[in-house]
Amino acid sequence: MDDLDQLEAQSIYILREAYRKLKPLAMLWSLGKDSNVMVWLARKAFLGRVPFPVMHVDTGKKFPEMYRFRDEYTRKWELELLLGDCPPVEEIDPTLPPAARSAARKTAGLAAMIEKYKLEGVIAGIRRDEQATRAKERVFSPRGSSHKWDVRNQPPEFWDQYATPHEEGVHIRVHPLLSWREIDIWRYIEREGIPLVDLYFSKNGKRYRSLGDQDITSPIESDAATVAEVIAELQTTRTSERAGRAMDHESEDAFERLRVAGYL
Amino acid sequence: MSNDFRQDAATPIVIVGHVDHGKSTLIGRLLHDTDNLPEGRVAQIIESSRKRGLKVEWSFLLDSLQIERDQGVTVDSTRIPFLLGNRQFVIVDAPGHRQFLRNMITGAADAEAAVLVIDAAEGAQEQTRRHAMLLRLIGIRHVIVLMNKVDLLEYDEQKIAASEQAVAALLKQLDIEPSLFIPASAREGDNIASRSPKMEWYKGPTLTEALALVPSPAGRADLPLRLPVQDVYRFDAKRVVAGRIERGRVNVGDTLVIGTHGTTARVASIEGWHAAPQISAVAGQSVAITLEPDVIPDRGDLLHRPEEAPIRTARIRSRLFWLRQEPLRVGESFRLRLATAEHQVTVASIDSVVRLDDLTEHASDHVPPEGFAEITLAASESILFDAFTPGTTDGRGVLVDRHQRIVGGAPLIGPADIASGTRAIHPTDSTVSLWDRAQARGHRGGVFWMTGLPGAGKSTIARAAESRLFGQKIDVSVLDGDTLRAGLCADLGFSEADRTENVRRAAAVARILAETGQVVLVALISPRAADRDLARQVVGEGFHEVFVDADQATCEARDPKGLYQAARAGRITGFTGIDAPYDVPATPDLHLPTGAGSVAEVAERLATYVADSVALAESTRRRS
Ligand SMILES: Nc1nc2c(ncn2[C@@H]2O[C@H](COP(=O)(O)OP(=O)(O)O)[C@@H](O)[C@H]2O)c(=O)[nH]1
Ligand SMILES: [Mg+2]
Repeated sequence: MDDLDQLEAQSIYILREAYRKLKPLAMLWSLGKDSNVMVWLARKAFLGRVPFPVMHVDTGKKFPEMYRFRDEYTRKWELELLLGDCPPVEEIDPTLPPAARSAARKTAGLAAMIEKYKLEGVIAGIRRDEQATRAKERVFSPRGSSHKWDVRNQPPEFWDQYATPHEEGVHIRVHPLLSWREIDIWRYIEREGIPLVDLYFSKNGKRYRSLGDQDITSPIESDAATVAEVIAELQTTRTSERAGRAMDHESEDAFERLRVAGYL
Repeated sequence: MSNDFRQDAATPIVIVGHVDHGKSTLIGRLLHDTDNLPEGRVAQIIESSRKRGLKVEWSFLLDSLQIERDQGVTVDSTRIPFLLGNRQFVIVDAPGHRQFLRNMITGAADAEAAVLVIDAAEGAQEQTRRHAMLLRLIGIRHVIVLMNKVDLLEYDEQKIAASEQAVAALLKQLDIEPSLFIPASAREGDNIASRSPKMEWYKGPTLTEALALVPSPAGRADLPLRLPVQDVYRFDAKRVVAGRIERGRVNVGDTLVIGTHGTTARVASIEGWHAAPQISAVAGQSVAITLEPDVIPDRGDLLHRPEEAPIRTARIRSRLFWLRQEPLRVGESFRLRLATAEHQVTVASIDSVVRLDDLTEHASDHVPPEGFAEITLAASESILFDAFTPGTTDGRGVLVDRHQRIVGGAPLIGPADIASGTRAIHPTDSTVSLWDRAQARGHRGGVFWMTGLPGAGKSTIARAAESRLFGQKIDVSVLDGDTLRAGLCADLGFSEADRTENVRRAAAVARILAETGQVVLVALISPRAADRDLARQVVGEGFHEVFVDADQATCEARDPKGLYQAARAGRITGFTGIDAPYDVPATPDLHLPTGAGSVAEVAERLATYVADSVALAESTRRRS
């Protein structure tokens, strides 16, 4: 087994644990590269189907290409899609910097969906190498009724035994991609032939490396127009993946505050 | 450029050691000196350090949380990918504070090697010892000792050697043979990624050279097969068994034994989606197989080959690292998670506890928080497992409490010797055998464990049966819950742990009496099935569970002691049947409903059952 086989096997194991232990369960599908890989891994785990709904928390500000992609693959992959929307930005904590406020809308939208569907498990495609506070996450991360991430008091997690507290109001965020690096995601996309929105590939010398809302995500200079070229680019690049995400950079603790409040 | 290169999986390396000995600094330095940092990160670190009035604080690279930076301490483990040449590593920064031991274990448990960071000027400290102990318990074989902050010892060979010797002696006590001692300064970068010009006397490898020498995880494909069932799906009229192969190999056509049922089945196919058809799969793979005949295993069943069976026992000797904030005591019950299986277990004994000051083992009646011990677990059923072996997933037990919280790690060592737990009450040199006693009395000993709700009639029926049996010249006595609570168990309350201890003591006394040849009727509510299983374990042969059965309404109407009334009024709490649970026995040896017949009739049934059970059969042979 090479490194991708091992990452795949571990993610399948995690998805199967979640499916066995958490009901009702849903997977967040943000339409980006990581969550497409995640849907793909679920189909591997469950032999061609996704036996739980996928959720798109719609900020209403995604790129039109992404909405088209969503509708096409909901059909092709026979997904049960749950849609949720986000409150207007005026309802969000005004002490947050502007871009973070925009991200916090998504947190609120997600919270509403968890409530609505009484979810016990939410599968999310975050990775440790994306952001320093995500590097401290658990594979199964319990969230109390306020959905807060209690970073100072995370449960022990070892030997593939995951926390599954069954208490009123507690849900678990499940992170099957935590150990994957950005380049692993791309190599897996290449190996498996996983479809992506075109925005990831260079047009006129620019491409998106990470896709958030239109107004707070900016493209990078790049000529990489195919998956193979993206991989080659990543092998030499020195900038971080989320450099184009405004909300990460507004203040030192902006991202941590978002995450503690329930952001992904 | 072609991207179809194959790579080995990343090797996880955990950095451990006492708080402030320089773990986070070391990692920051390592990542920086080996060019593993994204652009802009260094500028961010400098900015964050400046804001707090510090020089460049490398530890901020991993101490990403605000409280970590403000208080200068790592709270939770971080895992960070790290490339050295073509080889992938994952560096795990573990917190050094005792309070965050659970986070340290979370980071360390799957590491292939550990770097134990020790402040050379200060020497080994409490968490150095605790972490070293844990490395042993979680089975990390490769330990590199980094003697840090040698700048404070002026890079002096003698001083560093003296510090090193003290550490070596400590590790030897734990059977840890470090592969290396590296004198280094994380802050200054000496012997981290480049050789230090200030210590020319040191000829060994730098830290990066040492990491490159750590062997890749050994393959487990050639060991006997272990496939724990994770789940069973029914898709498109086909039943598939899902699970990860922990070791060995599965081939289509293999005959496998399914868990403790002992049923066998043939592997009919290995299923997959968007993958080449497989006829064989190896350790590490998450597979889905179909079986023929189409038997239905349960989650937790271990699939193995008939000739390669694992250990099977209901009493297990185990090591323990204890993570709950309250101490562990004998008699407590947990779920033991073992791969995908879960078993009900009770702590039958605490065999020794490690004293951390000098790493010696001592007898104790409890395991303190963050403590280490060796214990015996009694399970309510036979458990299949392999003894804990570093480098495999064998024997990786985890204890979970009623709230599904992980409270301890329990590397399983092997089956417990039943005799050792009972030596004290049954001297091996006794010349009077059970048989001799039985001959003298005309019947065998036995324990009849009468469980039921308060007011079900346990005491009344026990006393009535006692006098009948005595009339038949049977040597009989009654151990009544209330009597025990007034004397032997006067120190116990009604918490779960105390109830368990109450049961354990009653069982222990009953056993002693039964071994002298007596017939013992125990009348005890004993509401928890796990506690009654513990009693069965303690008593051993000759244990009979008798369910004295009256429904709650009947019991409450009888209320001989006025207790239901008191419980309803809230004057007593934790009362079985009102606000504390009663587990109805699933398969009692004798079921005695008391609602219908008279006391005399029911007592007669019990007496008959007891007399039959203890009678000496004609065919009974003298055992040697
Ligand atoms: N003199 C000296 N100080 C060091 C060295 N390594 C770390 N330190 C300092 O020791 C303190 C604790 O370091 P830190 O990395 O946070 O320790 P940790 O708790 O083990 O992660 C910090 O103030 C570091 O600057 C070293 O090699 N020499
Ligand atoms: Mg630290």
